[in-house]
Amino acid sequence: MSEIKKVKNLKEFSTSADRFEGANLLCPGCAHSIIVREVLNATNDDLVLSASTGCLEVCTAVYPYTSWDASWIHIGFENGSTAVAGAEAMYKALGNKGRLKQPDRNPKFVSFAGDGASYDIGFQWISGCFERGHNMMHVVLDNEVYANTGGQRSSSTPIGSSATTSPAGRVSYGEKKNKKDMMAIMAAHGSPYVAQVSPNKWKNMVKAIQHGMEVEGPVFINAVSACTTEWKFAPEDTMAIQDLATDTLVFPLYEIIDGTELNITYRPKNVIPVEEYLAAQGRFKHLFKDQYKYLIKEWQERVDAKWDYLQKREEARV
Amino acid sequence: MAFDKMELGDIEVWDGNFAAAQALRQSQVDVVAAYPITPSTPIVEGYAKFLADGYVEGEFVMVESEHAAMSGCIGASAAGGRVATATSSQGFALMVETLYQASGMRLPIVLNVVNRALAAPLNVNGDHSDMYLGRDSGWIQFDAYSPQEAYDLNFIAFRVSEDHDVRLPAMVHQDGFMTSHTAQGVKTMSDDTAYGFVGDFKPMNDMLDFEHPVTHGVQTEEDWHFEHKARQHNDLMTKVFPKVQAAFDDFEKLTGRKYNIVESYDMDDADVTVLCMGTSVETAREVAKEMRAKGIKAGVIGIRVFRPFPFEQLKAALKGVKAIATLDRSSPNGTPGALFNEIAGALYNTDDRALLSGYIYGLGGRDLTKAQLVDLYTELQANVDAGKVTTQLQQFIGVRGPKLAFL
Repeated sequence: MSEIKKVKNLKEFSTSADRFEGANLLCPGCAHSIIVREVLNATNDDLVLSASTGCLEVCTAVYPYTSWDASWIHIGFENGSTAVAGAEAMYKALGNKGRLKQPDRNPKFVSFAGDGASYDIGFQWISGCFERGHNMMHVVLDNEVYANTGGQRSSSTPIGSSATTSPAGRVSYGEKKNKKDMMAIMAAHGSPYVAQVSPNKWKNMVKAIQHGMEVEGPVFINAVSACTTEWKFAPEDTMAIQDLATDTLVFPLYEIIDGTELNITYRPKNVIPVEEYLAAQGRFKHLFKDQYKYLIKEWQERVDAKWDYLQKREEARV
Repeated sequence: MAFDKMELGDIEVWDGNFAAAQALRQSQVDVVAAYPITPSTPIVEGYAKFLADGYVEGEFVMVESEHAAMSGCIGASAAGGRVATATSSQGFALMVETLYQASGMRLPIVLNVVNRALAAPLNVNGDHSDMYLGRDSGWIQFDAYSPQEAYDLNFIAFRVSEDHDVRLPAMVHQDGFMTSHTAQGVKTMSDDTAYGFVGDFKPMNDMLDFEHPVTHGVQTEEDWHFEHKARQHNDLMTKVFPKVQAAFDDFEKLTGRKYNIVESYDMDDADVTVLCMGTSVETAREVAKEMRAKGIKAGVIGIRVFRPFPFEQLKAALKGVKAIATLDRSSPNGTPGALFNEIAGALYNTDDRALLSGYIYGLGGRDLTKAQLVDLYTELQANVDAGKVTTQLQQFIGVRGPKLAFL
């Protein structure tokens, strides 16, 4: 077991061991790069990384350039998790056969994928990896939309959001279905560690990533990733939007250990009304018309009910 | 080595699947990621059992689909070790996306394809629809006609595929049930001899070399994509055959068993020839001999390497032949047939263009009978005698109902 990296302060954390370069093509204000750096900088260990097709992939490995100073692979949209699982299997095989070039290392196997590549098209592959128990981490960059292809709804897109394939219009308020609960689904796989994180709460996030890297088995991380382009806010406001996401409890930060033990990992001192989160993003703009204002109330009720449920789960220790 | 060697008889009675499984064991494959499908399943079951019995060391990853099987193989191969799997038919079809990814990423994976028809209608028996589906995927495709060849060609496939000048994945095809489930005598190599032929895996751009991080599977648009694809094609066209020939030569020295990129039987003075793949080659060889007894100078051409397509070798092998029948075991669905088209392309610019006709046969495992081949050779001789193709260019043989012929 390698030593857990000590992370003292944000300055040191943000400037340590850059294995993901700032030279990439992601939109200014994209939270993906912040999340990726926080994941990579949480460890000094070697990394075997994958990215499923999506914004992160198309913006960081455009031949003849790469933004990755670590082993990295992309195959397709649905199978990034299995790419890492295959590499992890080879690591085990070569370890047992005494053929690793650097047998003293303790590499971490991490796949990154968007919500489309995780909740939808890559769902089966992730489920397979988790059922088989590969020693890996799957990180969802959850921006609740197919951003790379221009803003189509995914099964992570929340009610009332306007996406190009669930547009708000004269007679529609946009997406009609509630977001899929991937945290519960992945916990039900018996994963040793499942956590929802947000890069604005970086200490919380580092703790979760480090915990996830230390446990044996498949770890699921759902990282909230504010999308300046599709959520429609100014690029300089990314962190403010992330703060709203966590402090309105729209994205509660919590972990589930061994499939059952739920802990809330961040409790906002002042819980902000959900309305403020919705109002800050163009994708929810239409909800503020008189005919749809009831949806804002429903949003608040849904968030309250979820928070209530999480607290009960935490208290019950089951 | 933390595994035991297996004592084999000089000749073992194996079906094609078990022969392939033994080849994977003797090649000491590091990772097999696989999903079961009839009729290829016993290959990966065999590897799993060898693992369970301590006759090989590696990781067997039983995944949740064929797409995931090849995805896992790609990840494992990029990590830097010997990788193989097996599939058939629908599983092969599900893998197609990843087949292009594996070859485009220049990863030396060996895929045993036990040929089977493609639905609909669903059918578990052997034809070449899946093999044809893979023909533009950038893989090397070897075709075995018997369990012996399924065994031998796996070693050849590892050797060629993993060569650093090649770095392209390879398929070893055999006919579903007719080869995969038919036990025959197979001449074996000892574990040491077999592994010695394949050699140690030599990693290149391996993700597990942490001193040299690599990026696999990049994005290229109109600025670079064409160059990458052109280079892959160039290597298929220019680098594969010399390596295949060298491997065949070494294999012959080692075992006495001789393989050729294009197999020719009774072709020295042949007037009429059947050109086919798979188990049909052996049937045609028998019939050709019988036709010769009747005074028809019959020969057989078997394609051993389907991709890259042996254009030049076929031109040479078919020189002087007066009439050729191409036998395609796949529904052409609106065209004369893959072999017909390829052979037409190979011969069009030659001086001695033979009379060419195409036959569609054996779909979904329908038998090709000797009687049908007798009729076929007789038709070819009639073409020679008439100096033109006397039938329609494309005929279906062995199908019920009124005769089907086109063009």
